[in-house]
Amino acid sequence: MRRTVPLWITAIAGVALVISAFLPATRGWGEDVATWFSILAAVAFVLGGGNLLKVHLRKISDRQSGWGYSSIVLACFFATLWVGLFKVGVHPNPKYPDVAYSGQTQGIGSPFWWLYEYAFKPLTSTMFAMLAFYVASAAFRAFRAKNVEAVLLLGTAFIILLGRTFAGVVLTGWIPADGAFAGLRLENLSVYVMQVFNTAGNRAIIIGIALGIASTSLKILLGIDRSYLGSGD
Amino acid sequence: MNGSTGSLRHRMATSLCGLAVVVSAGTALAAPPAPTDVRAADVGFDAGSRIRVEWNAVADSNLAGYSVFRSLTPGEIAAADRDSRVAFATAASEAARKARAAELVAEGVAPEDADRQAEQAAVEAGAAASREWRPETAEGEIRWTLAGVADPVDTTFDVDKLEDAEAYSFGVQAFDRDGAKSPIAATTAPASSEASAFDAKRLPLFLMLALLCGTVLLFISIARRGKPLKIRTIAGLAAVEEAVGRATEMGRSVLYINGIQDMDDLQTVAGVNILGRVAKIAAEYDARVEVPTSRSLVMTAARETVQGSYLSAGRSDNYNPDLIYYVTDEQFGFVAYVSGMMVREKPAACFYMGAFFAESLILAETGNSIGAIQIAGTAMPSQLPFFVAACDYTLIGEEFFAASAYLSGQPDQLGSLKGQDMGKLLVGAILLIGVAMATVAAVTNSETISAGVSFLKNTLLGT
Amino acid sequence: MLKALQNLDRRWIFLLMGLAVGVPILVIGITGRTFPETPTPLAQSVFDAVNELDAGDKVLLSFDYDPASEGELAPMATAFVRHCAQRKLKMYFMALWPVGPRMVQQNIRRVIEQDYPDLVYGEDYVDLGFKAGNEAVIKVIVTDLRQYFTTDSKGTPVEEIPMMREVRSVQDMDLLVNVSAGYPGSKEWVLYASTPFGRSASNPEGFQTVAGCTGVQAPLMYPYIPKQLAGLLGAIKGAAEYEFLVNEWVREQRIAEALVAGGMAEAEAADLATTFAKSPGAAEEWTVSGAAASMSPEAKSDLIRVADAPIPGKYLEGQRRMGPQLVAHLLMVLLIIVGNVIFFMSRKRGGAR
Repeated sequence: MRRTVPLWITAIAGVALVISAFLPATRGWGEDVATWFSILAAVAFVLGGGNLLKVHLRKISDRQSGWGYSSIVLACFFATLWVGLFKVGVHPNPKYPDVAYSGQTQGIGSPFWWLYEYAFKPLTSTMFAMLAFYVASAAFRAFRAKNVEAVLLLGTAFIILLGRTFAGVVLTGWIPADGAFAGLRLENLSVYVMQVFNTAGNRAIIIGIALGIASTSLKILLGIDRSYLGSGD
Repeated sequence: MNGSTGSLRHRMATSLCGLAVVVSAGTALAAPPAPTDVRAADVGFDAGSRIRVEWNAVADSNLAGYSVFRSLTPGEIAAADRDSRVAFATAASEAARKARAAELVAEGVAPEDADRQAEQAAVEAGAAASREWRPETAEGEIRWTLAGVADPVDTTFDVDKLEDAEAYSFGVQAFDRDGAKSPIAATTAPASSEASAFDAKRLPLFLMLALLCGTVLLFISIARRGKPLKIRTIAGLAAVEEAVGRATEMGRSVLYINGIQDMDDLQTVAGVNILGRVAKIAAEYDARVEVPTSRSLVMTAARETVQGSYLSAGRSDNYNPDLIYYVTDEQFGFVAYVSGMMVREKPAACFYMGAFFAESLILAETGNSIGAIQIAGTAMPSQLPFFVAACDYTLIGEEFFAASAYLSGQPDQLGSLKGQDMGKLLVGAILLIGVAMATVAAVTNSETISAGVSFLKNTLLGT
Repeated sequence: MLKALQNLDRRWIFLLMGLAVGVPILVIGITGRTFPETPTPLAQSVFDAVNELDAGDKVLLSFDYDPASEGELAPMATAFVRHCAQRKLKMYFMALWPVGPRMVQQNIRRVIEQDYPDLVYGEDYVDLGFKAGNEAVIKVIVTDLRQYFTTDSKGTPVEEIPMMREVRSVQDMDLLVNVSAGYPGSKEWVLYASTPFGRSASNPEGFQTVAGCTGVQAPLMYPYIPKQLAGLLGAIKGAAEYEFLVNEWVREQRIAEALVAGGMAEAEAADLATTFAKSPGAAEEWTVSGAAASMSPEAKSDLIRVADAPIPGKYLEGQRRMGPQLVAHLLMVLLIIVGNVIFFMSRKRGGAR
């Protein structure tokens, strides 16, 4: 029973989505299924919040290694929740000046805005910017001309790296822009590599992925692959 | 009987022709004649919102084309009237405000005060104009809007973006190269569109889907009957056991990241499937698998899966749900947590299986720096190069989806992989045929082959 | 030495990369100079897709990115808004990412409110805000916009917003602009909006779609060009090229307006504006020539002011960031070469894996 009901729900929802793609009269079914998923995902937020509290409170109470970080997580969690939920420091909407809580939570100058602008924004930007450092160290370590394919890859990398900057213009700017060899200018060559070689490779990978998705979906809809329910065998 | 019915039909058609309403007049003498017998009907076997308008061609050597009009619906007329009324009232109000302000300034009032004092006059003028306003057309009269333009050789035009079940009238106007226009000839009876039971445009897609799924099912059934199937070795999957074993030997944990998308993404589902296999191996080796998730639903699904795996390995007592926990939905918040945890706890093996974005390289490089054995699998083509550069093994696209079947070793699961290969053959054949036809069409300038290429591209594969 | 390089602590590489990015930012910040851009056909296609629209045409701008990718995507978003505002197009802003509305509001404040104050909210632009549901939102609004967007981001019912009255679905738009950092983003807009309802041989009246995305995503979007995607801006390079085109065009427009205000015929003014926009100082030289005799001194000084006006820094962000990109890319090339030298030397000595 514990396995059968989810299997039926999966099958019905999946089949409804497939049918809705072909029968105009059932077009709304797909949207209904998507709405149901959104409702489930929203409810799951509570589950996630509860789990977050449980994990970090336990770490603090057990004085596990790194429990200090957990206390920071919880402090930030509650501060943001409190500021956002109770609209702390939010000015009323000019249209309804007498109604408390009518203003926008994210209005300029509000504490929530402050948290976004001075905590969330710099932190996420920093994490994303770390990619530049990791790309450099990965390139230094992994880009080796071990064989012919690797040499081709290296050559392509140089074309793209130089062609996407002013260096490409400097290095091959002497080739006439309107001449027969204009395609050899690095900035044009980089676009050519991206549009032709890269697109060809990507299309092949995408076709494989699409077939994999179709096959996996079919197995899940028909209950052939049940490992996501914990009953793989 | 038939003859008299036919004759009656003919007479009716002729009289309907004559009844075609001529709406506009006053055109130049050289204008082309109006089209006749304008009729409209719903287009069958479609998704609705489309009506086909037909008319008899106009005999005019200077003809440049036909403008096709449709009537506005009551809702559209109400909205247009509302906009027109608001614009009329606003213009009157602004004019009154300016006039009154000018008067006041002339009387010696300061300009900023004059503007304020003129407000009352503006409001009154706006209200008066709103009352005075009258719609462009009388009630019951058709109000036209241009639906499209047809070529001079055309005698049909499909009007789309219509509201199903709404009654529309249609009008056709001929125009010549000098810009002269005929009167609008309208349909005698309104028509409405409706969605058919089946959308014929989707039929080729349906057939391809049926063929692909049928092939997968066929091979599953062949495999179930015991026919041996040969599947090539996938190095990344062959290394799963080695990675878990190494973690056990070193007394460290196995880290499993299921991507950062929710359960509505098939990559996440495929990742959870592989987690089930990895957890079973870990249960057998008595290794510790830690699964931080960035979605609550993924946490729930992963717990179910891992619990099932421990149960099937006969180690249900060792299952610890606390090792599968939610971190945050925020992409970089999740990455910050996982990276920190990797540096502090130094897991011996890291699995990245699911949908990844910019975090792929951050995670894989951090894992590399702590010397963990790393296996990644994703169907995000943009992240594959990063995983290939920083991980020991990477499952590329379809290998990732094949992983669960591969690790299970079950005949029916492996059969599905064979079916997938047949799908690839089918796609390859269509590609080859298409490329060959397009090349021949380009070389020979053959209109027939070009039409075939166009049919393949726009009709068979265009939906 | 070889051993030291083989075991080089990656923090040295981090330091080099930090310097490669930081120093050019400081230098460009102090000197204000940028590299000239040569627009590639893709950026030109994006520019043309926006520029071919008429005043009053409708553009849906979906800003699906977050602060993390703001550095890469904000310059192109700003250029899109400026181009649309200058072209007097009706802008419908929305977002599929929770923090997307922040990006929308930021652009409205920085571009529309500051430089185009004559544009009226609700008549020339509207902010529809964020809607949760990822691609499900796209699937619905392509046929019925009001099913999801019943109010704008401020809570005003869409029925009360004049520019919303003429829009029933995304299909009523003339152009779809998407700036995205991932999922949901350009790919979803192409798959669920542009492919079934966009401009094609069977639907010549359909809307066109242009997109701007991060460098990592860009390769995935190339397969959709030019049918489903009219043009694509890939990362900061694409942004810099488009920004350059928009800046040149805006200057040209303003010079033409100044010439027309000085009494010149529109066609002649347009030709001269193209020349003046391309060569700084040409306008000033022209004003002292006989051809400008009919212009009043005020009109001449207006013309010189417009022709030589510096471009505000916020419209040069993309081009400025090409400086750090150049040095960082050169460092990458250098690191790869050094890495390979180490690899071959160690192999020669029999130490390579």
